[in-house]
Amino acid sequence: MSASWWNALSVLPTLFLAPLLLGIIGKTKALVAGRKGAPLLQPYRDLYRLMGKGAVYSRTTTWVFRAAPSVSLGSLLLACLMLPAGPLGAPLAFPGDLVLFAYLLALGRFAVVAGALDTGSAFEGMGASREAAFSAFAEPGFFLVLGVLAWKEQATSLGPILASADVISWGGQIPSLALAAGALYLILLAENSRIPVDDPTTHLELTMIHEVMVLDHSGPDLAFILYGSALKMWLFGAVLVSILMPAQGTAWASTALFLGGMAVVAVSVGLVESFMARLRLSRVPQYLGLAAVLAGLAALLLMTGGKP
Amino acid sequence: MNNGLFPLAAPVLLLLGALISLACGRRSGAAGTVAFVASCAAALLGVASALGVLQSGAAWGWEAPWSLPWATLSMGMDGLSAFFLAFILVLAVPAAAYGRGYMEHYGASNWSSASWAFFQILVASMALVVLARDGVPFLIAWEGMSVASFFLVIYDHKRPEVRSDALVYLVATHLGAAALAAMFGLWGRDAGSLAFAALQAAPPGPKVAWILFVLALVGFGSKAGLVPFHIWLPKAHPAAPSHVSALMSGVMIKMGVYGLMRILLMLGPPPAGWGYTLLAMGAVSAVGGVLYALAQHDIKRLLAYHSVENVGIIILGLGAGLLARTAGLQTLAIVALSGSLLHVLNHGLFKSLLFFSGGAAAQAAGTRDMERLGGLLRRMPVTGATFVVGAVAICALPPFNGFVSEWLIYSGLFGGALHGAGSISAVLFVTIPVLALVGGLALACFAKAFGVVFLGEPRSENAAACHESSPWMTAPMVATALGCAAVGLGAPWVLRLVAPAARALAGVPGSAPWSTPEGTGPLVAVVLSGWALLALTGILLGVRHLLLRGRTVSEGPTWGCGYSAGTPRMQYTASSFAAPLLAPLARLMRPSLHKRRPKGLFPKSASFKSHYEDPADRSLYDPALHLLERLAGALRPLQHGHLQIYLLYVLLTLVALIAWEVLS
Repeated sequence: MSASWWNALSVLPTLFLAPLLLGIIGKTKALVAGRKGAPLLQPYRDLYRLMGKGAVYSRTTTWVFRAAPSVSLGSLLLACLMLPAGPLGAPLAFPGDLVLFAYLLALGRFAVVAGALDTGSAFEGMGASREAAFSAFAEPGFFLVLGVLAWKEQATSLGPILASADVISWGGQIPSLALAAGALYLILLAENSRIPVDDPTTHLELTMIHEVMVLDHSGPDLAFILYGSALKMWLFGAVLVSILMPAQGTAWASTALFLGGMAVVAVSVGLVESFMARLRLSRVPQYLGLAAVLAGLAALLLMTGGKP
Repeated sequence: MNNGLFPLAAPVLLLLGALISLACGRRSGAAGTVAFVASCAAALLGVASALGVLQSGAAWGWEAPWSLPWATLSMGMDGLSAFFLAFILVLAVPAAAYGRGYMEHYGASNWSSASWAFFQILVASMALVVLARDGVPFLIAWEGMSVASFFLVIYDHKRPEVRSDALVYLVATHLGAAALAAMFGLWGRDAGSLAFAALQAAPPGPKVAWILFVLALVGFGSKAGLVPFHIWLPKAHPAAPSHVSALMSGVMIKMGVYGLMRILLMLGPPPAGWGYTLLAMGAVSAVGGVLYALAQHDIKRLLAYHSVENVGIIILGLGAGLLARTAGLQTLAIVALSGSLLHVLNHGLFKSLLFFSGGAAAQAAGTRDMERLGGLLRRMPVTGATFVVGAVAICALPPFNGFVSEWLIYSGLFGGALHGAGSISAVLFVTIPVLALVGGLALACFAKAFGVVFLGEPRSENAAACHESSPWMTAPMVATALGCAAVGLGAPWVLRLVAPAARALAGVPGSAPWSTPEGTGPLVAVVLSGWALLALTGILLGVRHLLLRGRTVSEGPTWGCGYSAGTPRMQYTASSFAAPLLAPLARLMRPSLHKRRPKGLFPKSASFKSHYEDPADRSLYDPALHLLERLAGALRPLQHGHLQIYLLYVLLTLVALIAWEVLS
């Protein structure tokens, strides 16, 4: 039991470093565009500032709108407990927790979508509808990726899978890993409302998806939402980086490598945003279908190769 | 408690209650109270006898001679029956209480008292269905259930659409019953008796077993609402009063699941083909049900399609369990089957709850059309708050009960995929993303239903004038919502109810009675995660409260993105909400759209209407009915309406018969 209490510390890097990912993405985009950009720590300042403010609520809204950010952040925080960190195992791990992980993310989404519909705004309804639709289309691909990882490690607990996953162990089945990682990256971009699915910095409400849903939130509520999206980015990034770790090394080396990998993911997201345009909304289901097909191919290759 | 007639007390009491309700005449309020009291007493008696069987592990049986040919009046209760008996009788109580309040809207009448009598007959015959141990009493109870529910559906018979929808139900349920009669007849011909024990002792050969399985699938599948036998569901549920919809959707359609499980138990070890068939039918029903639910604007029709989805999930779990059993993975089979059985209970809880609160909203606003509702959470706080519990539960989101049962089914799928061999492993693996897609679509659908009906601003004057329902109606909502939370947060204890049935279906011989099913140990961690989730959310709400204390918290209009003259009619509608999900599937769903585009520089009017017709209606039943009509038309020349010609027919028939008698 004492070991698992130590393990609870493993959630600290997630909690403290997640907003930095947003800072890195912003900085990358600014540098590519030839601007100086906001400081790397800007997201922390935003969060601090929002936590210190009061709030404005729409007269249309009910308790659903007020509770939504807390429910959403609560479910994401619980999901964070399923990640291992360096030498420390995941504090929350049991056979089958993969499913809990995915459904906690879904609960967070349901809360934000309900909050958006509570405002009665056509714009927020539009965003909520798109978010619900695209996440539903992303689900099969995400579960196929989880299934591939479970099959490879012959386990259904996310923490142990991520702790023991490395590239070397895939041996001749590296193509499977590449396909699964590719699918996961596509899903990461979609679930975190990034280009080519959504543009977090667009200025036109009609084209927004995630950002338009939180237009009416303010003060600590908005801080919870913002922090929640940083955590979600970290969650997806951590799964991706963990399965792409080259080999099992010493605790310090692998921790450093993991953090470096997270920075690379953030930079790559910034680069994608700099060099790609958004897809037409009607193309997004095809994009998510592509992710599912890639993950399906990974599963096919892996399963025809026999049990590890 | 294993002897005597004690388990029969509950149905007998309900039948007595039905007589008293009928005697109430025009005092239909009293008839409703009688039904409520009888349901409460029956639930106490029924749960006591079911717990007796479950805790001791000893089955109950009783037999009496009967004057009907080839039949014995044989009753019994094993683990499967005990679970279903408790489930039926417990869930009848909130439905009766809710109906007591709901029916006040219709005023007092003889017909309402009769409806209460049918309500109790329905519950009693469902109890007898699960207790029957002989084909004849089983079919009689089955028929009683179908007829009683038909009269409940047709309650509002002055409306022509209610009459036609109820007739579809009557035909569908009797086609199913015909398949069941054929099944018992075919099996009993070889066994020489219709008693379940005799049928079980005479296992049919593999080919006959397949025929029996298919007949059972048609007969019980049409009651359960499996695609493509589901077409009566989205018609009958909206037509019926809401407490009847809750009882039919939450409980009665599960009798199909019970029947299928009972026949599977009697048929012995299943071949892999049955597992594949059930898995495929479950997956198709789950996906089809949720897609068509998304396309609905009628709140009760939407809920009815979700019953198709959830029965699909139950049957999918059953199929996965049978496949794990054939692969020799008995622990995994128990896990998947426990999930399937627990989902029966869970769907009963949250679907009753959703019909209660959705029905209350529709009754208060006078319309089931979601596009005319909105903002009801402010006007009906209890109804809205309990609806959101039901919505979270049916989307299988933690920490409520839906997640627990789906988690068990997922565990069976993952485990079977990882540890199974060959095609079983591959098929179970492929089912995982299907179930995930169903989950994602259900979330979108209930975000839509909850958001459009209860959140935002009212879209019509009627919706704006709503107020909360009577305590008769809100109390059952709160009770079932608490039930959803209790099962979600205390699942390992609840799972003891389904353990014997899950073990029997998995082919694992007798284990310790009153214990949690094997392989479900990690469920404790799932439940603890649910508690942790509640605690974390509570802490965050507390932090938020502390932060906002003493600061300026003001109210204003919703941010209209620069436009300040927004009206409630400009809110996003239910059809718009579903559009991004349905548009990519337009080829599959084939919507019929009626558009009048705005014309000219100053358009006077424009309109848009979308309608999704069920493909089973469109491409299966409509052509079949047309064919039937054409064939019947071929016989029309025989009918002239002249008496002389009919006399000639009689004469010709007599001559033909005499000729046949003489010549043979």
